[in-house]
Amino acid sequence: MKRIHVNEEYCIACRLCEIHCLVQHSQSRKIIKAFKEEAPRAMARLLVEEQGPLSFAMQCRHCEEAACLEACMTGAMHRDEETGAVLCDEDKCVGCWMCIMVCPFGAIQRNIVGRRAASKCDLCYGNEVPVCVAHCPNEALTFVEDTPSGNGSA
Amino acid sequence: MRYLIIGNSAAAVGAVEAIRHYDRQSAITIVADEPHHVYSRPLISYLLGGTVDETRMHYRPEDFYERNDVETMLGVEVTQIDVRAKTVSLAGGGQVGYDRLLISTGGKPFVPPLPGADLLGVYTFTTWQDARRIDHYIDDNRVESALVVGGGLIGLKTTEALIERGIAVTIVELADRILSTTFDRTASKMAESILRQHQVEARTGTTVEEIIGRTGRVDHAVLRDGERIDCDLVLFAIGVRPNTGLIPADSGIAIERGICVDRHMQTTIDDVYAAGDCVQAYDMLIDACRPIAIWPNAYRQGYVAGCNMAGVDKRYEGSFPMNSIEVCGVPTISVGLTDPPRDEDYEIIDKYDRDALVYKKLVLYHNQLVGAIFVGDIDRAGIYTGLIRDGVDVRPFKEHLLSGSFGLISLPRDLRKHMVVGEGIEV
Repeated sequence: MKRIHVNEEYCIACRLCEIHCLVQHSQSRKIIKAFKEEAPRAMARLLVEEQGPLSFAMQCRHCEEAACLEACMTGAMHRDEETGAVLCDEDKCVGCWMCIMVCPFGAIQRNIVGRRAASKCDLCYGNEVPVCVAHCPNEALTFVEDTPSGNGSA
Repeated sequence: MRYLIIGNSAAAVGAVEAIRHYDRQSAITIVADEPHHVYSRPLISYLLGGTVDETRMHYRPEDFYERNDVETMLGVEVTQIDVRAKTVSLAGGGQVGYDRLLISTGGKPFVPPLPGADLLGVYTFTTWQDARRIDHYIDDNRVESALVVGGGLIGLKTTEALIERGIAVTIVELADRILSTTFDRTASKMAESILRQHQVEARTGTTVEEIIGRTGRVDHAVLRDGERIDCDLVLFAIGVRPNTGLIPADSGIAIERGICVDRHMQTTIDDVYAAGDCVQAYDMLIDACRPIAIWPNAYRQGYVAGCNMAGVDKRYEGSFPMNSIEVCGVPTISVGLTDPPRDEDYEIIDKYDRDALVYKKLVLYHNQLVGAIFVGDIDRAGIYTGLIRDGVDVRPFKEHLLSGSFGLISLPRDLRKHMVVGEGIEV
């Protein structure tokens, strides 16, 4: 499947990925509205980690054997058959946070201001290229076909 | 090849999904005593509390059995397993044969023998049916107060549901603190104080001696120390024990605390596998087998069993206890060994912010993380779980472990690269 690759040496910590991810997951999908008008504000589905000169964006690895999927007690966490992406059905999720307990990448966040649900990367479902990748100015994020990567299995 | 699965919960689903990954052809049959389509058992407390309705109970989509070509016999009890004839007998007559069998019969709630335990208004709470019965009892008898026996995770989830229903709850716990098996003293005391703020009283270090009824219904309970607690409802939430009742003593299937399984989830009899709350599987932290009745283990064990049943060599890497539970809205996670013996082999790193109600504790054994507690702030807790699972030597980043910015970035580059298997993060 196509996955997001993270190239930490190219990351400049501009956080454009974070901004565009938030906009993509807002109601209006418009940058100013998303930040100024929507309440609660949407959450970015990725995290930018930064320490001194080192930085990179981290989002769900969409693991082949995904620990979150195995730990999910409601069945909200599921694999999209077409794209292979690990998705959370936020209508089913009750926020037990078992996925947060087991994700070795720390790539799932609690959404408690909006609908109470696990918040994670959905590879911008429906988009050809996720917005974090599309807006990365230095190819620190790329979207490429690869062999299974990441094994978050417990 | 004919696959037969007894039970219809997480382990069964894991097995079906694994088998169908490799074998689209062979027949799979599920026999289970509950009549329901596969549902999420842990959601019964949400159902009782009214935060989830019956339509959201399903663990897999409506067409799960059809899409996976699974024949189901639901609401059918298995009465016996014959490992020599490779058949199981069903209540009401009839037999089903198999080539490979998975026993995933789950756990049985434990109720101590106690005068008054047979009164109306005394329940265990492990199935959808239990939730429905308790729900009706609460409505029909206008229940205002309840006694929850057991201050562990199930007891707390039960308590939460009852609070949602506006019922006053008293918890009785035999240990000297609630959540004694998953928390340390500090975290337990935090949980007790959070509960107190929600008018939940915990009686610790004591137990119910007798339940007294009036006209056949629960009226009050008497504790060991003589205290009388008025209550309209008593719920036993002491925990579950492996449900191994179906297995004949002469079958050759070894049972200790649970059904014994090897690292392929096979029992001591060829072609008979077991998974989920009914087994004692490998615990990598204690390097021995024991029952750990948690949902993620059940699915994983079922999945591993399914692979091996389909002829694909798959090893169960083992697990360790882990739980995520909210105490009246305060998120908590506990993983592994959280309250180690006072011993120089162990090192504790912790942080306690009384005002913010945040507590974090890490337990190290010879520079390897073996346990963690998070109360109030559980963000990225899974990174620690991963370090425990992988037995990572934390020396290179030990001082950062509980720093505010701790993340994958704190890990050595090679380890980070290894975790994301080369392709994910290029270094």
